[in-house]
Amino acid sequence: MQFRKKDLLGIKQLEPEEINLILETSETFKEISTRPIKKVPTLRGRTVVHLFYEPSTRTRTSFEIAAKRLSADTFNISASTSSIVKGETLLDTARNLEAMNPDVIVLRHSAAGAPHLLARHVQAAVINAGDGMHEHPTQALLDLLTIKDKKGTIAGQTVAIIGDIAHSRVARSNIWALTKMGARVLVAGPTTMIPHDLDKLGVEVFYRPEDVIPKADVIMMLRIQLERQGQMLLPSLREYARVFGLNEEKLSQAKPDVLIMHPGPINRGVEISPAVADGPYSVILDQVNNGVAVRMALLYLLIGGEKDE
Amino acid sequence: MSKLIRGGRVLDPASGLDDIHDLLIEGDKINDLGPPGALDKKLDSVEVIDADGLWVVPGLIDLHTHLREPGEEYKETVLSGSQAAAAGGFTSICCMPNTKPANDNAAVTDLILRRAAEADLVRVFPVGAISQGQKGELLAEYAELKEAGAVAVSDDGIAVMNSQLMRRALEYAQVFNLPVISHAEDRDLAGDGVMHEGVVSTRLGLREIPSAAEDVMVFRDCSLAELTGGRLHIAHVSSAGAVELVRQFKAKGVQVTAEATPHHFTLTDEALENFDTNLKVNPPIRSSFDLTAIQQGLADGTIDAIATDHAPHSTIEKDVEFDYAAFGMIGLETAFPLTLRLVDQGLLSPLEAIEKLTSNPARIIGVDLGRLTPGLPADVTLIDPNREFTVDVNQFRSKSRNSPFHGWQLRGKTVMVLRDGKVIFTEENTSG
Repeated sequence: MQFRKKDLLGIKQLEPEEINLILETSETFKEISTRPIKKVPTLRGRTVVHLFYEPSTRTRTSFEIAAKRLSADTFNISASTSSIVKGETLLDTARNLEAMNPDVIVLRHSAAGAPHLLARHVQAAVINAGDGMHEHPTQALLDLLTIKDKKGTIAGQTVAIIGDIAHSRVARSNIWALTKMGARVLVAGPTTMIPHDLDKLGVEVFYRPEDVIPKADVIMMLRIQLERQGQMLLPSLREYARVFGLNEEKLSQAKPDVLIMHPGPINRGVEISPAVADGPYSVILDQVNNGVAVRMALLYLLIGGEKDE
Repeated sequence: MSKLIRGGRVLDPASGLDDIHDLLIEGDKINDLGPPGALDKKLDSVEVIDADGLWVVPGLIDLHTHLREPGEEYKETVLSGSQAAAAGGFTSICCMPNTKPANDNAAVTDLILRRAAEADLVRVFPVGAISQGQKGELLAEYAELKEAGAVAVSDDGIAVMNSQLMRRALEYAQVFNLPVISHAEDRDLAGDGVMHEGVVSTRLGLREIPSAAEDVMVFRDCSLAELTGGRLHIAHVSSAGAVELVRQFKAKGVQVTAEATPHHFTLTDEALENFDTNLKVNPPIRSSFDLTAIQQGLADGTIDAIATDHAPHSTIEKDVEFDYAAFGMIGLETAFPLTLRLVDQGLLSPLEAIEKLTSNPARIIGVDLGRLTPGLPADVTLIDPNREFTVDVNQFRSKSRNSPFHGWQLRGKTVMVLRDGKVIFTEENTSG
């Protein structure tokens, strides 16, 4: 099968077969990163622009390493949100970039739908590296890859997503990804952070972590953004950590082969205790490792192969 | 010069007339109506306008237009907005006060009316501000606004959060017989939301505006109208809860009226899936549940009027990320065909549909228009209800293009529009 999409805007638009293709391709690229010379010529002469309107260390570095290991030329453009409000619009930036003929634009943006806007106006393939609270598809794909590696299959697994669902693009992309691949998804978090009609997305909604932890094969903890305290969403980080954070006491109710995941960056002692983050069930660093393979696979599938259009 | 509009289906909601009739205009007034041929001998020299197959209706009246002049003339002017209105079959439009500066004084009202007189197309009825500078703090000078020509007061676009101020507005406006038009939105609940709160906002990760943000304010304002005896008009009803509240307060005898926009009775939030900023409006396009409630409210008379909330914006405000885009869509040139869909669906009779665009809005702002009565100004619109066309925003008279209906197949074309007996729009003469 061939990957026929021009862009990767979200998991929503992907068919299960396409997700499987990405995961299988990722497996074949993993080996490259274990070589002493971690580089193949697959994308030599291709240009990848990383256009980041939000601060990011892990995701941008991961994309950059992925592109460089495939021998693509990479360029980074960082813009603060304030400078776009005052200055050049996203579309003007896109038109200027387009004039320099990039093959891929990787976009991170604080506004939901920004990659969709960009994709309508440029010939280059657009990869969504996180748009507002909407989607973060490469994160969900690397999460799937991690679950598949550790558990053998995705279908039939029970995955608990715990924390601030409402503001999380990681949660949204994972809900699409996991339900498409046949996993059972449970979510838990304070009611103030559970969005309206969430159950209609095919997940089971709970409030307390204790209600989902014993059932879960995989637990995904979400990052709580510290500024939520000022938005009447929670009384204090102290109470959040006590009721909704994952610690060893709550983890004692989990299955013996549970996996603990977190998209990072973690707030130690808030949504996850240091003992759990660094403990034997944690696969947080495996996720990071898989991120490079998934992004290499996507670059290859979007611009590396022949397309019969 | 007299004009005989011959052989059309005359729909006059005020008199209940719905029949093939001739309509005679003498000078700027309606002279007479009668069965086909009955008026032929009445005058020697008449210009005959063949209306065979057309609807002949009172000139449409829009309670809710944004003309953007003064201040944002690159989006719309009194002239371009008047041209768009005429092309849409309107002969009267009410323009909201959120210009720059706001229309909270006679100088701005005068300017708008002077521009309207220069355009010499549709009647323009300015709506004054409820509060000075639309800041929600102090009452604007209603006597001065009324004397200058304002027909209502509203802080449209910026809801009045201070309940005491809203109470005083509903009281003070009674002195000048001005209705108070409420943009019902609790701004704390709406927050920095950009779309209706529901499963679609949950999927898209866009910040949400709950229906409750509208409902609580509709309740507050109806309750204040009951307390004060003031005349309240709820603008752009978008939620099922608001429809039900208006219904209940009307049943209690409170003086409240309401309008709904074509986009709120045509579209649902599902349409936002591709982040089209032309669908970003305030109040937001809500769920199919709300859509059904609005349609029912129109059908049972709870909602008195159909108003466009014509809100022009340029590509500067709209060709951006959804979060950054301005709220609003234009509507003058699509309102009638979208209303006709309600007739096709059996929700409104043709007379009821016309009533919500003519005699009812006239009653709400207290002007003696919107009916085909001998002696009244000859504001008359001829529409071909069967003509199908594809909406093309590039053909619009409006300066702006922010309509999500581009490419839609609709039925119902404006053929000719007369104001004071003067032709202000014909299909052939598109310059207006």
